[in-house]
Amino acid sequence: MSGNANQGDRRPNTHRKGSTKVIRRFTLLLGLSLTGFTASAASKLNVVTSIEDLAALAREVGGDRITVEALARGYQDPHFVEAKPSFILKLQRADLLVMVGLQLEIGWLPPLINQSRNAKVQPGGSGYLDVSSACTILEIPTGPVTRAMGDVHPFGNPHYWLDPDNGQRIAKAIEQKLAQLDPAGAAYYAQRGADFDRRLAEAEKRWVARMAPYRGRKVITYHRSWPNFAAHFGLAVVDYVEPKPGIPPTPSHTLDLINTMKRENIKLILVEPYFDFRTPNSIAQKTGGEVVVLLPSVGGVKQVQDYFQLFDYDIELLVKAFAKAR
Amino acid sequence: MRRFVFALAMSWAAPLLLRAQDNAELLNRIQAMEERIRALESEVQALKGQPAPAPVPPPAPASAAAASKIFNPDIAVIGNFLSAAGQGAGRGAPALEMKESEASFQAIIDPYARADFFLSFGERGVDLEEGYLTFTALPGRLQLRAGKMRAAFGKVNTFHSHVLPWVDRPLVTQNLLAGEEGLSDAGLSVSRILPAPKNVFLEATAQVFRGDTEGVFRSWRRSDVAAIGHLRGYRDITESTNLDLGFSYARGHSPEGPHLINQLYGLDAALRWKPLRRAIYHSFITRSELVWGRAQQPFQVARPFGYYVASDYQLARRWFLGGRFDRSTRLTDSALQDTGGSVILTFWPSEFSQIRGQFRHTSYGERLRANELLLQFQFSIGAHGAHPF
Repeated sequence: MSGNANQGDRRPNTHRKGSTKVIRRFTLLLGLSLTGFTASAASKLNVVTSIEDLAALAREVGGDRITVEALARGYQDPHFVEAKPSFILKLQRADLLVMVGLQLEIGWLPPLINQSRNAKVQPGGSGYLDVSSACTILEIPTGPVTRAMGDVHPFGNPHYWLDPDNGQRIAKAIEQKLAQLDPAGAAYYAQRGADFDRRLAEAEKRWVARMAPYRGRKVITYHRSWPNFAAHFGLAVVDYVEPKPGIPPTPSHTLDLINTMKRENIKLILVEPYFDFRTPNSIAQKTGGEVVVLLPSVGGVKQVQDYFQLFDYDIELLVKAFAKAR
Repeated sequence: MRRFVFALAMSWAAPLLLRAQDNAELLNRIQAMEERIRALESEVQALKGQPAPAPVPPPAPASAAAASKIFNPDIAVIGNFLSAAGQGAGRGAPALEMKESEASFQAIIDPYARADFFLSFGERGVDLEEGYLTFTALPGRLQLRAGKMRAAFGKVNTFHSHVLPWVDRPLVTQNLLAGEEGLSDAGLSVSRILPAPKNVFLEATAQVFRGDTEGVFRSWRRSDVAAIGHLRGYRDITESTNLDLGFSYARGHSPEGPHLINQLYGLDAALRWKPLRRAIYHSFITRSELVWGRAQQPFQVARPFGYYVASDYQLARRWFLGGRFDRSTRLTDSALQDTGGSVILTFWPSEFSQIRGQFRHTSYGERLRANELLLQFQFSIGAHGAHPF
């Protein structure tokens, strides 16, 4: 890249009717960009969800009448998903976008929606579904909210899908939306919805029974991902590895945590798979506790592919860990 | 219904009457009956057309005060404080400066469009950095934008200062693409996602601007508009790695004379890596942009060229280490070439603030050398913006 100082040709300049040329080129570009309509020919409803849990629930209700795809993977932090253009392609073709809301996806979903060029999935569009409005939401701040509290969610904790009751409500909301978008399939969705409710109610009884011996047990979690899960299964979340939501662990807070765990004889630290295990491991070492990598989402590990397997997996892990911690 | 009640009664009475029988078998039968009852009940309910138990009503949208502000746009302010030390060769930044404060106002206008405003406050004046209307629901999968905006020329030109991985902009931007302001003008932009092989994102953007960009284009007459075209191709290589390529073209009238034309050609490429399981801790991006120009002058044509290559590695959740090499001739004098190199260390106390140090060495074409240490504080208040990509 040495200085290729080219002084240019010295021919005199003539006015080249620049503006006409510019307009012609612009028209050409515009024409090019207009050509070639992408066919949205699929007969099945095309559902895109922000996280895999919502995809799993949509699959339960939608069955063969829909195709479902999640943007974020179950093993990644749903707050920090990248707004990749490949996701724009998925949203462009979507008939329905299902999201968690409560600002969980605020860093990445809005720009994807803006660029999707799909009227259906714009806020207020026929295919825009924020399922938080159907669910029981915990930790809604009552006083003034500032970021001194960390990356706080002003409308409540967005990890609400980890309560089977909310799972049922989400499935219902998706069922109603699918019936609205595809009235011919309404009976099909209703039947599948009822079947899902029945199976979920059965499984829920089993899960509650498994957890019953450990009701009231105190635990530490890394992030505030588990209030709904803890409320449903009777766990008491005493403190968090993060000093404040979204703020990485600090030495002083970690020390407090160790003291709390020793004082209150807390043995389990529940960590989402996408966080660094170093701090939780060192806390566990100093307190004789155990780190449990609990999955907040379907797809967190290969064998967890649906909403039932998610709770089966997590509850089995917890039961084993509690049993071990006597 | 009476039959079910009877069955239910029987299912409970049975164990009392038949104590001798195997308990496990009885339990199984009870469970089977319970299931049947539940299934029948749900059938009855469906036949009656009764809705399932209503979901819990949604929570009230915060307080009444918040509700009254519900249609206000999302507002955020980003501050950019810069301090510089060392030998700047007469071109560097002042020792201490509140360089820019960007205020953004963003909202949906109606079911068809949204608006985005970015006002940039310097220490002395206010400037409309961007302000545009975007039609989000056009037929034909088109997106139309009208207003003042940063031109879709390359990648860095579209970035606001606070999302740059550096304190400054590279030499090629300073010399060929109108510096800090960048190619930015009032105009119309239309873009469309083009049909492409599976999993390839191909986007074409065509823009027409008034034709006024300081130092690069000037609109001498109303018809002296500037045109910009951009083609972007993107592909996920794996779930953690992706490649972004772009080609850009810009054309407008030269500030040196109404009959002189300036043209710019750009090539940009970025390779990103971010392992999903550890996405908040580690990432790597390497980026390069090359810009060629053809600048007509009264008696000659200058053919400037410039480029930069930069990489950023995320060492830990809050630490980023970066490097950049850049070189560029001047727009109207290809004989003068500036070369620079930088090392950058960035610390993010939280998602909403960052502290950055940059050591920058520059050799200017006039045989001037600069060695500078730049320190920057950036901080954001208000609405949570989108994460840059």
